[in-house]
Amino acid sequence: MTPPVAGARLDLPGVLSGIRRMAPLSLFVVIFGLAFGVAALSRGLSGLEAMLMSALVFAGASQFAALELWGPEIPLLPLIATTFAINARHLLMGAAIQPWLAHLPPRQRYASLVVMSDSNWAMAAADHQRGETNVGMLVGGGIALWLTWLAGTLLGVIFGSGIEEPQRFGLDVIMGCFLLAMLVGGRRDLSMLLPWSAAALAALAAMVWLPPHSHVIVGALAGGLVGLLVPPSRGEREATA
Amino acid sequence: MTLPSTAAGAVIAIMIMAFITYLTRAGGVFVMSRIPIGPKVERFINAMAGSVLVAVITPMAVQGDWGARLALLATLVMMLTTQKALAAITAGIVTAALWRLVA
Repeated sequence: MTPPVAGARLDLPGVLSGIRRMAPLSLFVVIFGLAFGVAALSRGLSGLEAMLMSALVFAGASQFAALELWGPEIPLLPLIATTFAINARHLLMGAAIQPWLAHLPPRQRYASLVVMSDSNWAMAAADHQRGETNVGMLVGGGIALWLTWLAGTLLGVIFGSGIEEPQRFGLDVIMGCFLLAMLVGGRRDLSMLLPWSAAALAALAAMVWLPPHSHVIVGALAGGLVGLLVPPSRGEREATA
Repeated sequence: MTLPSTAAGAVIAIMIMAFITYLTRAGGVFVMSRIPIGPKVERFINAMAGSVLVAVITPMAVQGDWGARLALLATLVMMLTTQKALAAITAGIVTAALWRLVA
């Protein structure tokens, strides 16, 4: 593999091309946004609050998980820990493209990261591998995803407010099914079964013996720690050797 | 520490979530430009990312009704066979709706 060309730039044509390339994929995001809007209303958020969350947080899995904590009162520490743990993958994604973004002026660099999400990151990282210096895929793709995520949420809010008993139509299970699909669809790696089992057992134990909502933090930490004990996969060992 | 889910409380909670999420987006670039992230930290984060989802889903399966349990099962089977998230989620919703229609 040839080392990627040094340098990075951000300009309008690059951003527009990024929006265009993301457009087909971002249509699916509308449907996920719709599911979030419906689920948010069924958990007692107002339509405006659901829209605000989609606009400012812009991270599907953590938004669905936050709904699970939503009630008459919102527990702050579990909310912070859950949001951080689910979005911690961004740390690795950012670290992976840091050598590329380092060529941008700091203001452009940190502004681009506002819209960094899984699919635009993946496409931009592939661009970089091919020797592309234009960061437009990251920013333009992110803008396309943000717009469609917001549009989907709006549709969900409009659609969801017309439904009297969401559980009759199975709409209360959207959250769980979405998170499970994200979990299984991510990395298909059997070495994760051990940490995940540990997370499930720790979460169940915390539900019985520890204060309410602590099961998310306890499960995440237990899974992370067991992950340290699992021997690295072959690919990883080659990469670090 | 809790916030009431009034309009003001909800907006504050959303702002906090937005702040934490931006920290994760910018944090990797910021930290990496100073100290490289080692394989140990990477393994911890990778395992934790899935584990937190497991920890959120587990109570739904344990405390939920059979409609919810079968919905999760349908999603899992569909996801493993087709790898299509939308199809898997739809299968889950339909399963829960059908179960509650007959049960």
